[in-house]
Amino acid sequence: MTEFASGTLTGKNLHLSFGHNHVLRGIDLHVEKGTTASVIGPSGSGKSTLLRVMNRLIEPDQGDILLDGRSVLKDNPDELRQRIGMVFQQFNLFPHKTVAENVTLALRKLRKLPKDQARAEALEQLDLVGLKHKADVRPANLSGGQQQRVAIARALAMKPEVMFFDEATSALDPELVKGVLALMTDLAKGGMTMVVVTHEMGFSRNVSDTVTFMDAGVVVESGPPEQIFTSPATDRLRGFLSDVL
Amino acid sequence: MDLLDQLADTFFNWEEMAKVIPSLLSVGLPNTLILAVASGILGSLLGLLLAMMGISRNAGARWVARIYTDIFRGLPAILVILVIGIGLSPIAREITGSRNPYPLGILALTLVAAAYIGEIFRSGIQSVEKGQLEASRALGFSYGSSMRLVVVPQGIRRVLPALVNQFISLLKDSSLVFMLGLAASDREIFRIGNDAMANTGNLSPLVAAGVLYLILTVPLTHFVNFIDNRLRTGRPEKKEPDDAAAPIGKGAQA
Repeated sequence: MTEFASGTLTGKNLHLSFGHNHVLRGIDLHVEKGTTASVIGPSGSGKSTLLRVMNRLIEPDQGDILLDGRSVLKDNPDELRQRIGMVFQQFNLFPHKTVAENVTLALRKLRKLPKDQARAEALEQLDLVGLKHKADVRPANLSGGQQQRVAIARALAMKPEVMFFDEATSALDPELVKGVLALMTDLAKGGMTMVVVTHEMGFSRNVSDTVTFMDAGVVVESGPPEQIFTSPATDRLRGFLSDVL
Repeated sequence: MDLLDQLADTFFNWEEMAKVIPSLLSVGLPNTLILAVASGILGSLLGLLLAMMGISRNAGARWVARIYTDIFRGLPAILVILVIGIGLSPIAREITGSRNPYPLGILALTLVAAAYIGEIFRSGIQSVEKGQLEASRALGFSYGSSMRLVVVPQGIRRVLPALVNQFISLLKDSSLVFMLGLAASDREIFRIGNDAMANTGNLSPLVAAGVLYLILTVPLTHFVNFIDNRLRTGRPEKKEPDDAAAPIGKGAQA
């Protein structure tokens, strides 16, 4: 794996409400450079929303976001998002573009690379996820697992300092989950800074450096995976773990 | 038998048709195409603007688009053509120095078409999954770039059939500018057929005009089915034997 331009990401006291619905109620999340933080918790606990707030797809009502120790709330949010890659549950590849074009779009339009250089970088990223040979087909002709790997390549091509994974394997058929998790594990081992919202407890336990358990918009517990999974301190976490394990 | 002969002579008098066909093709056809193509292009541009306003986060923009659409979609095209063609003609004469009713005819057709096309575009753009905009923004594209590069192109593809229907309708509605009074060289297909009918008392010239309209409109509908398929799936791809043989089985692995 190549070297990553990893950064340290911190969310401080993040609050967000939709009307009367208080979705995030003062979340703190710290991801040290080169480490992987997984976020677990029941549906509707605010995990996915937290990711969207931390790359400012949704602006927080309150709180601060720091990248390498510097607040990014005053920056142009589009520039912040170029530094944070994101992978979605539903892949969200652009269906009207080929696999290679999905990857080159941002390289050409945002990083302003010339066409052939963007193509070369895209092929390199696709090679990394094992799909170079699919460069010129449309996403619709790929399996879900392949689509998700393209989505990862698309995000990686922008050389992000942090990668977000929002339940990246939840929409996949069971036999396709493994390949995507293996790729995510490679990235984590390679020193990428990652925030992984997941229902894959195996990944959370074995790959991540820290685990954060969220419920109803608050962080209930966080710590190293050993502590979270073997000696949960709260009833809520114990209840959740007994439901999912 | 006399009655049938009479009917045949009324609708299919080849002599009268042959007389009108040269001017239908050399004068009527280009003029109809000028009206339809110009207002089609301008109407699409204005329609796209209306669609973007219609889904804007700015309530003012949404209201302007809403009111515009309600007005121009709610009025008969012929009324808009007359009101604009006659009402604005003194101003148009001052600006262009000519009495040619085409600029105002095109303007009126454009205003009407834009109301419909705007709604077509809006429905297409809104049908694109939210995740597309989200993914594009997550890559670092602004809202505007995301719409331009990712969302709008997909939305337009989805509504191409409806859009071409609108163009067909526009091609036919272009005949209504005859109400503005056209010089001989400005006449479009319908007016030429109509004049010839009035002069001869025989319907055949209008039938010939009708056939010419069909020659324009029918291929258009078939053309859209073709590009619709093409754009949905991209360029025809070389299928692997398995894919070609078992299109159903593929769904199971997707």
